[in-house]
Amino acid sequence: MAEPVLAVDNLATHFFTRDGVVKSVDGVSFTVAPGEVLGLVGESGSGKSVTGFSIMGLIDPPGRIVSGSIRLKGEELVGRTEAEMRAVRGRSLAMIFQDPMMTLNPVLRIDTQMMEAVHAHENVSEKAARDRAVQALAQVGIPSPEERLSAYPHQFSGGMRQRVAIAIALIHRPALIIADEPTTALDVTIQSQILAEVQKLCAESGTALVWITHDLAVVAGLADRVAVMYAGRIVEQGPVDDVLDRPLHPYTHGLIGSVPGDSLPGKRLMQIPGSTPSLGRLPPGCAFEPRCSRAVEACRAAAPPLMQGAGGRAYRCINPVSAEEAA
Amino acid sequence: MAAQELLRIEGISKRFVKPVDLAGRIANMMGASNRESVVHAVDGVDLTVAEGEVVALVGESGCGKSTLGRVIAGIHEATKGRVFWRGQDIAKMDSAARQAFTLGAQMIFQDPMSSLNPRIRAGEIVGEAPRVHGLVDAAGQAEYVANLFRQVGLDPDYRRRFPHQFSGGQRARIGIARALAVKPKLLVCDESVAALDVSIQAQVLNLFMDLREALGLAYVFISHDLGVVRHISDRIFIMYLGRVIESGRTDEIFRAPAHPYTRALLDNVPRLDARKRSFSTVKGEIPSPLHPPPGCHFHPRCPVAGPRCAIEVPRRTTLSEGRIVACHLADGGVSAAA
Repeated sequence: MAEPVLAVDNLATHFFTRDGVVKSVDGVSFTVAPGEVLGLVGESGSGKSVTGFSIMGLIDPPGRIVSGSIRLKGEELVGRTEAEMRAVRGRSLAMIFQDPMMTLNPVLRIDTQMMEAVHAHENVSEKAARDRAVQALAQVGIPSPEERLSAYPHQFSGGMRQRVAIAIALIHRPALIIADEPTTALDVTIQSQILAEVQKLCAESGTALVWITHDLAVVAGLADRVAVMYAGRIVEQGPVDDVLDRPLHPYTHGLIGSVPGDSLPGKRLMQIPGSTPSLGRLPPGCAFEPRCSRAVEACRAAAPPLMQGAGGRAYRCINPVSAEEAA
Repeated sequence: MAAQELLRIEGISKRFVKPVDLAGRIANMMGASNRESVVHAVDGVDLTVAEGEVVALVGESGCGKSTLGRVIAGIHEATKGRVFWRGQDIAKMDSAARQAFTLGAQMIFQDPMSSLNPRIRAGEIVGEAPRVHGLVDAAGQAEYVANLFRQVGLDPDYRRRFPHQFSGGQRARIGIARALAVKPKLLVCDESVAALDVSIQAQVLNLFMDLREALGLAYVFISHDLGVVRHISDRIFIMYLGRVIESGRTDEIFRAPAHPYTRALLDNVPRLDARKRSFSTVKGEIPSPLHPPPGCHFHPRCPVAGPRCAIEVPRRTTLSEGRIVACHLADGGVSAAA
């Protein structure tokens, strides 16, 4: 296998609040190969977004990365200064956010913002920067890009704004893009357009993608591999087909059963009892144990270690779901 | 239909008008031509709900599904058309019958945080309406509320808490308990599970199904999520820019969608079993409801549109019992009309 674009090893990002330490990300490890799409799935508060922000170096106090390493094409990102991070951010590493209105400055025209992004990393002429912007807009399927360049963000629809945000992320052909729920706020037909564009662009340019989402169905259609997060840890990861067809962790199993549409209409959905625990007060053992139907005595004692399964799979459970039960 | 009809609406339209403001009127005096802008949020919709039935309204943003839901729940008054509750026109009802309708049709909103008063305790939120309407006296209120809490799966000891002390899923349950407190027959759920995490969403959907069984409730379920709709509904109405473009039994629509828009929607839905797929796309954007395209609203995006679609509004064609589609393809083809 080729050298991974991104290698996150044992990353821990904690927030030191007045009410105590919140371990938002606690021992997360994964790698992304060139051109690969990794789906990072979890519910609210599972730490999936904080993982993305940690990679981008966007963690603000009271939070900080307390341990672990993040390597982008072999180079360590943890411990870099803000100036050093700025050189990486936008150039070899880019992020797309859920709400493009937060990424785009509402009082600047699109051309100003896109050319600024070009000039941030490359010393080129106005004309060249403008051409690059036009090219990038055309690439994400915006009709008549020349004219649209002089529009303001509010003159675009939600889907078009997200395309502009993606175009800006693509300007420097980064090695890795982190996408944090970029289609969650969009309508189904528009979401589908964006997913199609992203799929095409990543295949063409070999850009690796970390797609952060709560929607397992989107991951099923888009990702090569999936990592499921719960309470700050990756509880299961592996190739999409394996994880979705034969989940090993009871949480993954429950999550798949909770998705309506696939189980028989009108039947009760499989449900996970309770709700996500507060990250400030996690139980001493497995964080999922209070909601788990398969919990045994040992689950309460200590957090389960990361176990390696066949075919590049890893999971944190001492009593995993068997193949017959998963079917 | 075997079950008794609970609600029927006929030819419902709802327009929102933004009048010309003062600056615009002054400009008009000087020769400008500012006109009031009109949004046809809902345009000529017929719909029935039987007792104990789950009817889903599906569509993307701006299709008018929420507005229609509000008309059904009695929150908005329709601009045109008639609403019948148990066979009686609500415009001609006496006050007692009208009361039965307003209590009988209750709404559950999308965002529990903006529909629950943050300064009132959960027990009072749930208990206020039944006391005001005389369903329970002050002495019996505590017990009544405790029972409702148990019914929706909340601990009755939480009655003294404020909304912010609950999690998202629990707040959704408070919203449901509040609606149930006046013993409704019909719940209008406007994206009631959209903001919840998948595992919590499954819990709330199960609660809806349990309540339907226990209380014989009917639902109008408004959602953009076809997976949820397929799971919970008996019949579907698919809306696009204010019009219902297809309706029928859920299983039939999912098996053989007739309208090109319905087909596109079903193709575009991400599914757990569709792996590494190439996403098919409908071209174009959803047009603004302020300036909908003429003829069939969907024709600029439609892969099979013909000249007739841009001119003529498609009629409703009945394909089979209870299965209606508004598309020229089902009504003589898309080539220019005679």
